[in-house]
Amino acid sequence: MTNHMRLECDAISENELFARNAVALFVLPLGPDVSELSDIKTAVSEAVTNCIVHAYRGQGGTIGLECTLEERTIHIKITDKGRGIPDVEQAIQPFYTTLPDEERSGMGFTIMQTFMSDFKVESALGVGTTVFMSKAIGAGKKENA
Amino acid sequence: MDAIMKITSRASGGALYLYLDGEIDECTVAELRRAADELIERHAAAKKFVFNLAGVRFMDSTGIGFLIGRYKKIARYGGKMCLENPNVSADKVLAVSGVYTLIPKI
Repeated sequence: MTNHMRLECDAISENELFARNAVALFVLPLGPDVSELSDIKTAVSEAVTNCIVHAYRGQGGTIGLECTLEERTIHIKITDKGRGIPDVEQAIQPFYTTLPDEERSGMGFTIMQTFMSDFKVESALGVGTTVFMSKAIGAGKKENA
Repeated sequence: MDAIMKITSRASGGALYLYLDGEIDECTVAELRRAADELIERHAAAKKFVFNLAGVRFMDSTGIGFLIGRYKKIARYGGKMCLENPNVSADKVLAVSGVYTLIPKI
């Protein structure tokens, strides 16, 4: 099946729950199992947290969330118009954080990479950041069959 | 939809058991941190602090930062910290992040 949705929300932490549950509901027609659903919710939550905490530094802004269902895969695009990432390669390294005094684990990008099938970050300083993630639903079942 | 995070505790045999209930994310972590620290400080003499995660329905890497922060605080008091009963989702986040090498799961 093919389906598409797009929404925008304020970059405030109250919208994390909304964003991850909106994506979880959108992917339901593909019949994800509990583990796949949990992986998607966690990855979305990480990306939205990055927008709020890092891109906008808690000063507010807008987060764009776009999802496409294509055959058995969900493609997710999460966009901010915040400060941008100076060095993406460095930022995606495990345990790397620019806010070590705020109990940040530096594992957000690592979790997105690990929990999703495909992952890519595009960023420009002063312009913003877009995270692209995809997850094939039922891929594990086929491999194990 | 309201992401409320609750924490309750029980002291037993020199250990403090902390029961977390709810979803840990950027929205809930500040209040959770405040409540957990208050309990830890009130029971600073405890030898062991067991964080029971059975009620944690969702956790992203914000939860990792929270747990490591409490680990450091408890270590300063000379106590040990461990985790128990994470659900499958929280367990995956904790395992991927290597938290169990620092804070054992019992």
